[in-house]
Amino acid sequence: MAEATTELLTTADGRPLKAALQAAQARAKRRAFFLVLPLLLFVVLTFLIPIGYMLKRSFEHDGFVSSAPALVAWFQANPDFDPANPPEEAYAALVQDLALMQVDKTTGIAGTRINYSVPGTISLFKKGAREAKDLTPPFKESLVAVDPDWGKPALWRGMASASHIYTAEFYKVASDFKLNDGGWERGEDNERIYLYLFAKTFLISGIITVLCLLLAFPVSHLLATLPMAKSSLLMILVLLPFWTSLLVRTTSWIALLQEQGIVNDLLVAIGLIDNEGRLTMMYNMTGTIVAMTHVLLPFMILPLYSVMRVIPPSYARAARSLGATSWTTFRRVYLPQTLPGIAAGSLLVFILAVGYYITPALVGGADGQLISNLIAFHMSKSNWSLAAAIAGMLLVSILVLYWLYDRLVGIDRLKLG
Amino acid sequence: MTVEPRNDAFVAFEHVQKSYDGVTLVVKDLNLSIAKGEFLTMLGPSGSGKTTCLMMLAGFETATNGEIKLDGVNINQVPPHKRGIGMVFQNYALFPHMTVGENLAFPLEVRGMGKDEREAKIKRALDMVQMGAFANRRPAQLSGGQQQRIALARALVFDPKLVLMDEPLGALDKQLREHMQFEIKHLHESLGITVVYVTHDQGEALTMSDRVAVFNDGRIQQLAPPADLYERPNNSFVAQFIGENNKLLGTIEELNGDKALVRLATGELIDATAVNVKEKGGKTLVSIRPERVEFKPEMMPPGAHTIEAEVVEIIYMGDILRAVLKVAGSDDFVMKMRNTLGQTKLTPGQKIKVGWHPQDARALDP
Repeated sequence: MAEATTELLTTADGRPLKAALQAAQARAKRRAFFLVLPLLLFVVLTFLIPIGYMLKRSFEHDGFVSSAPALVAWFQANPDFDPANPPEEAYAALVQDLALMQVDKTTGIAGTRINYSVPGTISLFKKGAREAKDLTPPFKESLVAVDPDWGKPALWRGMASASHIYTAEFYKVASDFKLNDGGWERGEDNERIYLYLFAKTFLISGIITVLCLLLAFPVSHLLATLPMAKSSLLMILVLLPFWTSLLVRTTSWIALLQEQGIVNDLLVAIGLIDNEGRLTMMYNMTGTIVAMTHVLLPFMILPLYSVMRVIPPSYARAARSLGATSWTTFRRVYLPQTLPGIAAGSLLVFILAVGYYITPALVGGADGQLISNLIAFHMSKSNWSLAAAIAGMLLVSILVLYWLYDRLVGIDRLKLG
Repeated sequence: MTVEPRNDAFVAFEHVQKSYDGVTLVVKDLNLSIAKGEFLTMLGPSGSGKTTCLMMLAGFETATNGEIKLDGVNINQVPPHKRGIGMVFQNYALFPHMTVGENLAFPLEVRGMGKDEREAKIKRALDMVQMGAFANRRPAQLSGGQQQRIALARALVFDPKLVLMDEPLGALDKQLREHMQFEIKHLHESLGITVVYVTHDQGEALTMSDRVAVFNDGRIQQLAPPADLYERPNNSFVAQFIGENNKLLGTIEELNGDKALVRLATGELIDATAVNVKEKGGKTLVSIRPERVEFKPEMMPPGAHTIEAEVVEIIYMGDILRAVLKVAGSDDFVMKMRNTLGQTKLTPGQKIKVGWHPQDARALDP
């Protein structure tokens, strides 16, 4: 039979076996495909398309290209112009476009696009557009007379860069680069808000993950080992907050931790702190960490529980009978077997924490804000492209983490339930 | 071999009782002595208390009352890891995240043994179970039988004096199980260790053990060497639990020493050996092994009572023929005949007379 496997096998009526198999399975495959089709469409419509659109937005902005045709054409003809001293034709094209913007009412769009890299441009454009039709040559002098900012090299660099629809500018801004007169440069240390907030978000998420793990481990173990009746009761206690509205839970933490809250009142009442020394545990980093740990705890407990539940007690018994103390048994036999659960729970909690918005927004104050709050801020200011760029960076960093995790732990060892 | 508690007992249960819920006793007044080097099997249906006894000996359960002694020392308060008892579990309990070698190294490492000594011992233990080439495999890569061998090697690698086995062969197929039975038996003999073995498989208990303790309802029903257990069961539970058994219900007609004449419900008289019947006129259950039933007059002892039977069915089983008979009102009386050349062929409906040696019919409690 060994040589038969190397030959092309055929069915009894002479058709190739592969083709026959495919024909036989085609109907079942078609049915399976139509069964998953609605879900596939749903995922594409609600997930892939919005994310793709968001990512596209982070690279693309046509606000300036569509409203300043003359200047864009000039930039394309003269890619190597000197931003420190643009020639008269450039100013002429700019004034022509400003006049057009005033007619088309597109000053806002164009200004917003330049404003990403050169702050304060919207009002500059509005002012310039209002005056444009009254300006006379030489346009360079007359426009600079309206506002000296028109002569700034940074502005010209910004406009030249905005004359392309596709740009990496938003990622530069989101990485704390600034467009100065000399070109793109790293911002001063005290101006690096985005990277600082990224680092802070990852740090806080790490702290929350560790806290969740420490709290969830004993609870999950108890859940997995208690008799059925008691463990169901405990499970309800774990799931009840999970089912409660996030707002309710976060608000109850405010009630507990605020300066006139229950915890502070209690501490004052038993004399641990005096009335003036009430602890600030809300509207800062502490509030964010406490509330988010609570909110995310079930995501750690459930995967841990599902792993612990199937670890037979005989492993621990075997270790004990082989002479290991309870600590050695835990460290060398029990803990390694819970690793898939720890890994799954940590990954889940960490990724959720990195993108968390509502809790830090409610209880974080000024100090406890995370990167998502910044994304929301830019969205509320209609800085869509910058918001998309930050979100894109967040997405990429999570994918990198996931890849690292796969290399170090292995996704196949993940157990979510 | 004596059943009484002995002074030189290696393992001793003394008036041990165990309750999980404070309402019912799972183990009721257990007294058991196990000699050094003995292979003792605890046999019984599930829920009979045999596993609980093993767990108390291993230290995973505490005795509610009574004393458990190991080598003359009370070990009731000794934690499991200080008892130095090797244990083999039903599901093997090999640590899945360690290789075979690491599994075997575990008990030696926790004892603080040096690397060279460890390696030597691991090699010796693996060779002992013919698994020397598997040290670097993970348990998941091994078959059930191989895992069983590793579990055995792990329980023996630290040279325990006592090894407990909790239905270790339960998950294996029949052939492998029988093979492993012999291997465990040979290991026991060559190492001179004491083994306490728990099983619900009576075949296993009979082939491997020096003595078998039959558990039911939290008590030892009979503690005896396998042959005694099979041929001379003390009560009807043991008779029915061990091997196949024909039961005939009747009343004692005559009682003379250990000889009893029993009148069956349908009126026939049969001979039997009185085991635990007390007086004339009492109810009794006579138990006869199917292979001790004879139907050829020349094979029966002179003067033995015979009894009418009708063949219901003949089942061909290869080495034996199994005849289901209608005897004294019951139609599931079984007779086993060796499948020899020239064995009489019986046909369903045929009327025969069956009988047995009075020693093989044991009059037990009803």
